Amino acid sequence: MARGGIDLYDRQRRLAWILIVPAVLIVVGVIGYPLLQVIVYSFMEYKLDGVTPATFVGLNNYLFVLTDPEWWRAVYNTLVFSVFSVTIETVLGLLVALVANAQFKGRTFFRIAILVPWAIPTVVSSQIWKWMFNDVYGVVNVLLANLNLIPEKVAWLATPETALPVIIAVDVWKTTPFMALLILAGLQTIPSDMYEAGAIDGATGVKTFFYLTLPFIMPTLLVALIFRTLDALRVFDIFYIMVGGRGDMATMSTYNQLQLIDFLDAGVGSATSVIILLFIMFFVVIYTRFSKTSFQ
Amino acid sequence: MKNQDGKSIVFQAGFWFFVVLILVFSLFPFLYALLSSFRPSNELFSTELWPKTLTFEHYLAVFANPRFVQSLVNSIIVAGSTVLIALVFGSLCAYALGRLPFRFKGLALYTILLMTMFPQIAVLSGLFVMLKTLGLFNTRPGLILTYFIFSMPFTIWVMTQYFRSLPKELEEAAYVDGASPLAVFWQVLLPLTVPGMISTGLLAFIGAWNEFLFALTFTVTDDMKTVPVVISQFTGVSAYEQPWGSIMAASMVVTIPLLILVMFFQRRIVAGLTAGAVKG
Repeated sequence: MARGGIDLYDRQRRLAWILIVPAVLIVVGVIGYPLLQVIVYSFMEYKLDGVTPATFVGLNNYLFVLTDPEWWRAVYNTLVFSVFSVTIETVLGLLVALVANAQFKGRTFFRIAILVPWAIPTVVSSQIWKWMFNDVYGVVNVLLANLNLIPEKVAWLATPETALPVIIAVDVWKTTPFMALLILAGLQTIPSDMYEAGAIDGATGVKTFFYLTLPFIMPTLLVALIFRTLDALRVFDIFYIMVGGRGDMATMSTYNQLQLIDFLDAGVGSATSVIILLFIMFFVVIYTRFSKTSFQ
Repeated sequence: MKNQDGKSIVFQAGFWFFVVLILVFSLFPFLYALLSSFRPSNELFSTELWPKTLTFEHYLAVFANPRFVQSLVNSIIVAGSTVLIALVFGSLCAYALGRLPFRFKGLALYTILLMTMFPQIAVLSGLFVMLKTLGLFNTRPGLILTYFIFSMPFTIWVMTQYFRSLPKELEEAAYVDGASPLAVFWQVLLPLTVPGMISTGLLAFIGAWNEFLFALTFTVTDDMKTVPVVISQFTGVSAYEQPWGSIMAASMVVTIPLLILVMFFQRRIVAGLTAGAVKG
């Protein structure tokens, strides 16, 4: 019996290795190897035109990026976008989740309907909102003008001051359902007798929320925050579609893609990638510090 | 004063106000786009909210556009293959991580979790050169290869959670009967993870179907572009005039199948989305 157990354990361990290796090879092939290449290229003068030979230039690419005002503008845009969109999405997501968790007629329809924005491809939602905010024919300007709320039609996407809030609104529209779903799943794990106990102790709605509900879903909320922040920091699609090509409306990702594809500069593009990666890793470390318990 | 449910009338009214507000905010942009896709060209730029007549002209135009039809085919091939391959290798790996003894299990799981958050942009130039070197630049297999970056870690992570959640008694009984670990996987556990595979596969499919950055960067000719790239590059007669009717019709064509999937599999999708993110 004991022998059989050891045999089985060995066979299980051997099988584990055999099953894991193909997946590891794929992941190393598409993440590990290219990442090493990116780090190497970031120290080289390397044009993707296929003519200019690559040469080692030390930290030149990093200096170029870090002294480029357009890069810092992109960092600013990305941070403003991330802070506002994630904050609003968390608050609204919590609200939507509380509604979706209540008992009411039509709840199933409600839960499906709030998934609609999430299921639409980002490129498509960006095009839809770009059309809605079209300066001449867009529904937003038409409605606001009909209601006499604006003296003349606004070219929303023409200046950063108005374009950034519109872009944040698109992201809020698209991603609040995701936040709501994660929070809803957390809400559903709260045992109902906890609420009963709270009610007996005389807790009111607001008190119940802040002393019972919120602490209970805090771990879920933190994990959702991490995912959303990391997602927001690498935003590309919405900006590319809605205000693509404008230097003062770049994000870290669109700046990077522009260097690589439009300027065919793998050196500067790779240095930008490394900077973005370090930036995001910094956030991961901070977040995991704060949420050790929920992260196992 | 409170009524029988313990909720005041004011609370009820406020609650329904929120329900309606959330529904309008969620559905309005989609419905507006749907309406725009049926609006005749000559009325598209009228400021009337509701068109006088409805038309299929934009849908006919979109399906007569070889670029768009080809991009639909490309997207189906790329997203479909990505999901199938990721499910096969990802589930095998997830079985090992969720069910078999393995020395570096904790480290492996943590690495996979980190990889699900990995920013794609960070390997853009490396992948660009790699695809060129392998002769896979501007090909569907090349795109599928790069899509493993997000589909593999995601599949492994979610499927591992599924394998972990299965009761231990099942496989113990099979082992007592002398089954091999592979037979236990194939005959006992795999059938039980089919629902998990459906939700994981759907989510991975949606991810691959919607992917834009890699498709934009690694394809250049019309015969290889995917749907999001083509929709982003729709142009009208002149560069300054965007064909909004066609853009909205194309958008509906690629969105409505996804919405139907989401409606049918709402529960499964939510289960997959929240797996791993929530620990009860």
